[in-house]
Amino acid sequence: DITIKIHKLITHTKTRKKLTEQQKEFQLLARKFAREEVVPAAPGYDKSGEYPFPIIKKAWELGLMNSHIPEDCGGMGLSIFDACLITEELAYGCTGVQTAIEANSLGQMPVILAGNDAQKKKYLGRMTEEPLMCAYCVTEPGAGSDVAGIKTRAVKKGDEYIVNGQKMWITNGGKANWYFLLTRTDSDPKCPASKAFTGFIVDADTPGIQVGRKELNMGQRCSDTRGITFEDVRIPKENVLIGEGAGFKIAMGAFDKTRPPVAAGATGLAQRALDEATNYALERKTFGRLIAEHQAVSFLLAEMAMKVELARMAYQRSAWEVDEGRRNTYYASIAKAFAGDIANQVASDAVQIFGGNGFNSEYPVEKLMRDAKIYQIYEGTAQIQRLIIAREHLGKFKK
Amino acid sequence: MSGRVLVGVKRVIDYAVKIRVKPDHSGVVTDGVKHSMNPFCEIAVEEAVKLKEKKLIKEVVAVSCGPQQVQETIRTALAMGADRGIHVEVSGKDYDNMGPLQVSKIMAALAKKEEAQLVILGKQAIDDDCNQTGQMTAALLDWPQGTFASEVTLEGDKVKVVREIDGGLETIKINTPAVVTADLRLNTPRYATLPNIMKAKKKKIANVKPADLGVDMASRVEVLRVDEPPQRQAGMKVETVEDLVGKLKEAGRI
Repeated sequence: DITIKIHKLITHTKTRKKLTEQQKEFQLLARKFAREEVVPAAPGYDKSGEYPFPIIKKAWELGLMNSHIPEDCGGMGLSIFDACLITEELAYGCTGVQTAIEANSLGQMPVILAGNDAQKKKYLGRMTEEPLMCAYCVTEPGAGSDVAGIKTRAVKKGDEYIVNGQKMWITNGGKANWYFLLTRTDSDPKCPASKAFTGFIVDADTPGIQVGRKELNMGQRCSDTRGITFEDVRIPKENVLIGEGAGFKIAMGAFDKTRPPVAAGATGLAQRALDEATNYALERKTFGRLIAEHQAVSFLLAEMAMKVELARMAYQRSAWEVDEGRRNTYYASIAKAFAGDIANQVASDAVQIFGGNGFNSEYPVEKLMRDAKIYQIYEGTAQIQRLIIAREHLGKFKK
Repeated sequence: MSGRVLVGVKRVIDYAVKIRVKPDHSGVVTDGVKHSMNPFCEIAVEEAVKLKEKKLIKEVVAVSCGPQQVQETIRTALAMGADRGIHVEVSGKDYDNMGPLQVSKIMAALAKKEEAQLVILGKQAIDDDCNQTGQMTAALLDWPQGTFASEVTLEGDKVKVVREIDGGLETIKINTPAVVTADLRLNTPRYATLPNIMKAKKKKIANVKPADLGVDMASRVEVLRVDEPPQRQAGMKVETVEDLVGKLKEAGRI
């Protein structure tokens, strides 16, 4: 038993060595694209709130999007680890742009995990043929963390389901070509969550779908977030994922694969904040010296650096675990919770290091602080992550 | 015509890096420093790949001279669309002393061996700024040259080259086979796409030694010392033209 544990530790340390040549090249491409295309355009998109489609199109052309789509659907079938490397680099440029791109992965994941061949070819195939967007349509005005509390109803009628309900905070809601939609199909309130919900793929142009206005948010302002109303929307039964009642597990299963990239995004933002603050600290002088030479500032930078490095290690571990075929829920939640929290701390500290300039919109760090907040909210709030981590952790002790 | 284009790519210190002189003044610090493809070589690769996409030529071969690490630079060219690579192995003292004369001898030998129709190089490298390799290669091959190209058009068995010169633009027409060197405005190099980076792994890179090509790597140039440029001294403001002339006379400048 001990020898097995030691062997696992050695294999783990050996495997988590350096990046492969190909991974380094992917990372370099994403970094170059982010620094040259995203960074200069980001402030403009933040001010106007305009959807950054030109950048998204370029990213799509370079193969930086839709990395999870399997090869037989025209995708590259990259590992979660590879996707995280790319995500961190893009997020460094702008997390608003990055979220718009990441929402595709979130919407696609249920189809990749649970779709049959026909569904995969139809809905994933088209994503690699043109730069289309999709969306993960689960949250409602009355149910975010409490997914089992959603009220959107799907009722079977012949060969179709009739859907009625209201969704909210749907990223890419107004730009999606199709949605992954979670509905309640069993009206019995005593029916357990594992049987009561059904997941569908819905074409966005289906009659009865009403897309709400673009919401004005604190940060990631170029990302398109909307409420969506479903009024007697008819979905063919061919678009059910797996079968009636299987929806909850599909919706939740996607997160083990999408939380590591979200953590990577938060890490990219934190790295950007750290770099901006460091460069400023090496230019600005007070009391006759560079502010970086004052220990108050250098200690702040040291702690920011610690947090960024640890967040990176956390998301890499969670990505590696799932790529190795193991259940990574514990690591994915730790990575997402930690990265979200430190992104907020590091961005706020960056504003502090910039002083008065940091509070001003002509300098890049106030945007980072506004953009960071959502990382403690979407893809499972900081509190939900702690629930999950506690459950997983205590579960190891109860034998 | 063979339809084959040879492109030289050089691995240099990345343009964004702050250069530091070694404490012994023998050169600049390269250990652990970020390197990438010389920007003018990127432009050369892009031009060759564009010619292939227009179906005016059939094959793009990327060549680099140096130690094991230059394979990364060749892979970048492959990811941009070159078909195969040639790594000319040069290391140690030979690599430290390698200059345009040695590289042009290698390029000339390869151009003959590969029966190249065109050799496209960057106009100069951003580390030594020699601006000699293209010209020397053409001379060794006794081929025409179109240097500082801002536009290249293949017309049958001739090439029309618009050259950037001090007085403006000069258009020349030269016979192929020929050597062309790329200037800044020739094109905007593409990003390698992720799928192309993956495909590039399967493309072949052949290994060759200078001796195999009959090239003697001995250098006629010896670097005595490398120094940083002198620190810029503060200037001073003067009120009138007379003051300015007076100060210049004082400093012995006029």
